Formats: sequence, structure tokens, C-alpha cells
Amino acid sequence: MSNQGVDPGRRRFLTLSTAVVGGAGVVAATVPFLASWKPSERAKALGAPVEIDISTLESGQRVTVAWRGKPVWVVRRTSEMLDGLKKVDSSLLDPESKQKQQPDYIKGEARAIKPELLVLIGSCTHLGCSPTFRPDHPAPEIDSNWQGGFYCPCHGSKFDLSGRVYKGVPAPLNLVVPPYRFASDTRIVIGEDPKGVA
Amino acid sequence: MAITPNPYKTTGLLGWIDDRFPLTKLWKDHLSEYYAPKNFNFWYFFGSLALLVLVNQLLTGIWLAMHYKPDAAQAWDSVEYIMRDVPWGNVLRYLHSTGASAFFIVVYLHMYRGILYGSHRKPRELIWIFGSLIFLVLMAEAFCGYVLPWGNMSYWGAQVIINLFGTVPFVGPDLVIWIQGDYIPSDATLNRLFSLHVVALPFVLVGLVVAHLIALHEVGSNNPDGVEIKKHKDPNTGIPLDGIPFHPYYTVKDIAGVGVFLIIFLGVVFFAPDGGGYLLEKPNFTPANPMSTPEHITPAWYFGAFYAMLRATPSFAGTQIWGVLVMFGAVALIFFLPWLDRSPVKSIRYKGPIFKIALALFTVSFVLLNYFGMQPPSALGTTISQIGTVVYFLFFLLMPFYTKIDKTKPVPERVTYEAH
Repeated sequence: MSNQGVDPGRRRFLTLSTAVVGGAGVVAATVPFLASWKPSERAKALGAPVEIDISTLESGQRVTVAWRGKPVWVVRRTSEMLDGLKKVDSSLLDPESKQKQQPDYIKGEARAIKPELLVLIGSCTHLGCSPTFRPDHPAPEIDSNWQGGFYCPCHGSKFDLSGRVYKGVPAPLNLVVPPYRFASDTRIVIGEDPKGVA
Repeated sequence: MAITPNPYKTTGLLGWIDDRFPLTKLWKDHLSEYYAPKNFNFWYFFGSLALLVLVNQLLTGIWLAMHYKPDAAQAWDSVEYIMRDVPWGNVLRYLHSTGASAFFIVVYLHMYRGILYGSHRKPRELIWIFGSLIFLVLMAEAFCGYVLPWGNMSYWGAQVIINLFGTVPFVGPDLVIWIQGDYIPSDATLNRLFSLHVVALPFVLVGLVVAHLIALHEVGSNNPDGVEIKKHKDPNTGIPLDGIPFHPYYTVKDIAGVGVFLIIFLGVVFFAPDGGGYLLEKPNFTPANPMSTPEHITPAWYFGAFYAMLRATPSFAGTQIWGVLVMFGAVALIFFLPWLDRSPVKSIRYKGPIFKIALALFTVSFVLLNYFGMQPPSALGTTISQIGTVVYFLFFLLMPFYTKIDKTKPVPERVTYEAH
């Protein structure tokens, strides 16, 4: 071994390789810190599907249940309510629900498996407030073309009785239809797709 | 064993310390021999007041954390416990909650002083950037603290603010779940916001304040005339002719300011701690309820302007990220101010009419935005907020042009000052 002068090439190689290995170590060390922010096993377990009984739900009424802590609405729509859906098409941003705000098996203006039974996540697509159920109409203070629907008190977003968003409001998307299935005629499981799809 | 004696020739205990630690040096560099311009006016109170409020927040915060429980099931009750059962607990809490609003008032005025007198201009760009970072961290700190009582406004405020991150393309929804640690704001969310509020962010905040002051004392303070006092030094002592030692001159002046500030601040703490619903919102006197949104969600008053910008921006191409970008952009622009101002003069005293009109429009817009950000949504409010947002952005983005063509007045060599 010589102690005369230094080998700059060797020194540069050692500095660089130490920096790279050390850098990789720092990156690896961030994993536990970042990953610890993900939902815990307990939170995931609490996010499991919920089942509700709708046998006592009257026509034109709504019930709210909690799923993953979010309000989920079930509305038993009257035939008049279903007829009203067509009348507001021209005021809506996405009347045909082209944006993927519902599972693939939810189609049409009713946005439901059974047209009279509407299931929606009651959380505004703007910033997550919970809109108010306003089945009454006309309601000119909300909209001149109002056939009943949901009105968000936070920032004034409007949705029809299928949760489809009106034009010109802060919310850019229709309300979300969660995955759900009918366990029987009177029982709905929220958080699970119907058997055979998905 | 001999050691090198300190250059201050101090003796006794102080001498013993000074031989080992720069105590006298720190005292002289930052207080008794830090020369500040002699023409400071009213606007120069707000820096030291910000420091006072910071100390108030740290002290009362430490004491509140001795009684508060960061648990979704217990948080709200523990706050009521502090209010009703803990001796002097209500005063500690009101000092902290009123202190948060006071912090924003003095910081907004402190920043406005910087804009008035060009305190961000070369060579003080880094002071301004550290200051802007302080403002950013302060906003995060205030948001986390706002959530902790776990009242219904805390809860829904958290929901709205965290969902801002949901607008990020592709990863948005996963990002929200990661921030919350759950599918909704929950115990996990409250617990981590508590950790950020009492440990992480205060550390960063205090560090940035130290950096802000080190940078300030390196280059020296600006003044209402925007002229450099270091250009004219006493040839014998090297002390700026227009400079006076910070201590005792400005410590005494600032104590007078502290007295006036405390009269107003404690008046609010003792007699109007909820500030008519603006300092402590009425819906926050009910516990968090994920199933029920308050009638209208308003942010704390100090976020009103930025919230109005968020609301005023329409969604476009199927996403509402534009409002979020506008809101964060409005904060980000502040950082660039030192490079946006191209005027040959620093202080508004010597700037031309275009800058004065621009600043007046900006001021009016900011106040209106703040007002409408706290009101329920309305067509008029949206229109005014949209105009206000455009004015806010144009104030910054057009600054390189209008400050260049503006007709400025000649700047004096020395600061203007009349003895009184």
C-alpha cells in the first residue's frame, strides 16, 4: 500500500457508491413511517359491508345508514318521482351517468338495480358534505327546474332524485352509487356487489 | 490548562461562560449591538407581537395537552372538562383559541408591512421566503388544531380540507384514505393530527422563526423609507449613522406595543372569547357527527379568502382540482414576490400611482374574499369572489410590468426622521 498521494478515481467511486447505498437506506427507512398512515387492520375490519332491512320504508321516504362511516341513503321513490327524472335531463351535467360514479351494473336514469329503490352515498362530490333531501317541488329558491332531489348546504350543489348533478354548481360529478346487492326483497347489503358480477 | 480568553473581557461567572459559550456575543449581536433603523413606525410592532403570540400558543398549548385526550370518543368531552372542571382551564383554552386568531391578524399585518415597504426585496429574499414558509406551516398548524376539539365543525372542516387532496388525478381517493388512516375522518385521523399539531409542526415553526431572525440579523432590517442604513456608517465605529441598538430602544418601544396589544387581546379572551361565532363557531359547540352536516360549512375566518377562491373556481373537464390549484397557487405566489417587484424603489413612499392603485385593489379584493368566504354560497358572493380572485392573481402576475413602467419618486440618501 502506498501512502504517497491519493487515487482520486478510487475516492470518487467510494464516495459515490457510499452515497447511493446510504440514499437507498434512507428511502427504505421512510417506508414504515409512510405505511403506518394507511388504514389499520381494525379500521379495515370496521369498513366491512352492512345489511339493512327496508321492509318498513314508506314510499317517498328515505333512510340513512352508515357504511364505512359515510351516510348511505336508501330512497323508495314514487312513480311520480321516477317520472320527474326525465324532466330535468336538460339541466344536468351528466344525465346519462357516463362518468364512472356507479358500478357497471347500475344503468339508466334511475341509477338503481330496482328503479323504485335508490341507493346513494350521501356525500357531495364537491368536498364531501352531506346534501339535504329535498323531495318537495317546485322549489324556485333552489332551481327553476326542480323536480325534487338533494341540495348541498355547503356550497350550493344540486342533484336530482337519482343523484345526478345539475350544471353550473361546484360539484363536478353525480353522487356515488355504492356497490350493493339484494339479500332478499326487503334486505339490502351495502358494500358488496350482486353475486355473479364484478 | 490555559484557554483562549474571550474577546469581551468579561469576568466572574459570565466570563467563565463566555470562555465556553458565546453568551455575550449572542446578546450583543442580536440585541444590544443589533442596529436597527431609527425610523421604525407603527407597522414594525407586528414582528415582535407575532413572537409574543407564538410564546402564548406554545405555553397554553403545552398546558392544554396536559388535560386533552386525542381520542375520537373522548376528545370533545375532554375539551368540555377543560372548560368546566379544570381550574383556569377555560382561560387557558380561550388564550389558545383567541391566540390562533391573533396570530393570523399580526402575521397578515406583518406581511402587509413587507409589501408596503418592500422588505422582501434584495438582499432580504430569504427572510421573505422563511416568512412565507412560516405562514404555510401556520396554516397547517391552525387546521390541525381546529380539528382537535372534535366538534361538528371540526369534523366537517377536516372532511372538506382533507378531501382537497382527493382531487389529485389518479391517486386522489387513495391519498385521502392514507391521510385519514380510515375511510372517513376518524379516531386515526384525530390522533395523527394531534401529533402533528403538538410535536411536528411546532418544531418546524420554531426552527423557521429562528432561520427568519438569523437571516434578518445577517442583512439588517429594512425601514419605511426602503433605504439601506448600512450605506452610511460612522467612519470610526462602523455603526450605521441611522441605526440605533435594538436594545434598549426597540425593546422599550415594543413593550408599549405589547401593552396595547394585550389590552385588546385579553379584552377578547375575557369578554368575547367566541368572537360572535367567528373565533369559535357555533356548530362546534356540538360533538362531531358524521351523519349530519352543519347548515353551512365555513372555514375559520383566517382562511376565508383562500376558501372563497376555492368556491369561486368552477369545475372543468370533470374535476374540481382547478379550485384547489387556484387556492394553493394563491399561497405559492407569495413566495415569488421578491422577484415579481421590479420597481427601482422599495418603499410605497416613493412608488408611483400604478402600484398604489394595484395595492388598493388587492387589499379590497382580499378583504372581500375573506368576507364572502365566510358567507353561505350565493350568486352575488360567487361573482364577487371570482372578480376578487382574478384581481388577487393579477396583482402578483402583472407586477413585473406595472412596477417597471410606474413613475417613481427620488429616494433620499438617509432615512427621513423627525425627533419627537
